Amino acid sequence: MATEANGEEGGLVFHPLDQFIVEPLFGNAGDPIHWYTITNVTLWMALAVLAIIALFVFGSRGRAIVPSRTQSIGEILYGFTYKMVEDVAGKDAIKFFPYIMSLFMFILFANFLGLIPMSFATTSHIAVTAVLAAAVFLTVTIVGFVKNGAGFLGLFWVKSAPLPLRPVLAIIELISYFVRPVSHSIRLGGNIMAGHAVIKVFAGFAAIAAISPFAVLSITAIYGLEVLVAGVQAYVFTILTCVYLKDALHPSH
Amino acid sequence: MEGDIAQLGQFIGAGLAGIGSGAAAIGVGHVAGNFLAGALRNPSAAGGQTATLFIGIAFAEALGIFSFLVALLLMFAV
Amino acid sequence: MATETENGAADAAHGAAESSAGMPQLEVSTFGNQIFWLVVAMVIIYFVLSKIALPRIAGVLSERQGTITNDLAAAEELKQKAVDAEEAYNKALADARAEANKIVADAKAEIQSDLDAAQAKADAEIAAKTAESEKAIAEIREGAVESATEVAKDTAKEIIAAMGFKADARTVTSAVNARIKG
Repeated sequence: MATEANGEEGGLVFHPLDQFIVEPLFGNAGDPIHWYTITNVTLWMALAVLAIIALFVFGSRGRAIVPSRTQSIGEILYGFTYKMVEDVAGKDAIKFFPYIMSLFMFILFANFLGLIPMSFATTSHIAVTAVLAAAVFLTVTIVGFVKNGAGFLGLFWVKSAPLPLRPVLAIIELISYFVRPVSHSIRLGGNIMAGHAVIKVFAGFAAIAAISPFAVLSITAIYGLEVLVAGVQAYVFTILTCVYLKDALHPSH
Repeated sequence: MEGDIAQLGQFIGAGLAGIGSGAAAIGVGHVAGNFLAGALRNPSAAGGQTATLFIGIAFAEALGIFSFLVALLLMFAV
Repeated sequence: MATETENGAADAAHGAAESSAGMPQLEVSTFGNQIFWLVVAMVIIYFVLSKIALPRIAGVLSERQGTITNDLAAAEELKQKAVDAEEAYNKALADARAEANKIVADAKAEIQSDLDAAQAKADAEIAAKTAESEKAIAEIREGAVESATEVAKDTAKEIIAAMGFKADARTVTSAVNARIKG
């Protein structure tokens, strides 16, 4: 109903959220979507997977001592992520490096592929980011309890605070611990969705001749910002995963 | 009901929620500005704190995104 | 996830009207689909990265590190060799120079001694020649004095004879000798 209301003013038609609609790749737009249906989600995730394979498997095919361009990009990403895991989560988190690398690469490539005009941003969907964040949350919690046993609960019992304050702090810490996956997922999904929606809104303004140069200019500027955001949000998601992992491995404050 | 009052409420609420984005912008500006002030005072220590900077920005930004999300929900989902 | 899938199947019916209103992100009917394909994608990425790509890149990186270390060591060795060679060269140069100096000094000494010998010989010869000449001169002078005495005697005898005196040979001789000596 809100979309209809928008359509009424001055012939301007905004459908900023239509770009996020999941629809079947083959068949009509209204066909029911089963869990196995091949949709545009499937297409763009597959493209992300193919891009990652192209970069890391075919790019490093030569195993060259003096790397080719593609191979050196892969090596830079490898070194960057490895150093991040080592610095933020600690040396004993290295065995989670492939997991964190997979997360980082998937989010990075999905974000950047989503910036291609007419494409579909898989990471703008809360269902996708929520699964990623829930996976991180479960991993971190399980690793915390396996590594430290009940000592993991020390994360909520702040030893450095005065004794009367500790129960209050424990409740706050507990809440903040369970809010983590929520903020973790909404931060990524919301950022990507917001950027894409804003670009679409300005694209709607471009239909008015008087302000269309301004609108096109704005789209260009916001697109640049979105390229930055795509990289930064992937980085933030990954580094927060590392921070949570560090909490799980070393729960003492 | 024709939905006029409800629509009015939705749009007003969405606009109010949009203020949150501006507040988040202030927060991000604080984080980045204070980082810069500290980095100029002690440039050698700045390099190691870039990760912390991004984490801080992410936390401030997330709350702005929440308010944006509330606005979107009011506009399109309620 | 299973419940999500069921939701997806159940809500698929009213998903048909989704394109007109509402947020696509909250369309529960599509959740199952998205989650399923996300899990598939993540599993593929995880296995490709952890089994193929990351070990390969790690291998390449460590190999490169090893190569760089080896090359550095080799370069260090070559540098040491170059330093050694330079030292050897300098030493050889100094030896050669000393040798040359020695040879020059020897030659100079030899030439000097030869020269001295030749000079001494030449001096001796000159001395001998001089002595000989002096002797000859003395002989000649002696001969000359004798001749003069002879001539003087003869002349004196003839003069006395011419004057009409009978000259005694002995007297004339002694007078001439006295006069010549005087």
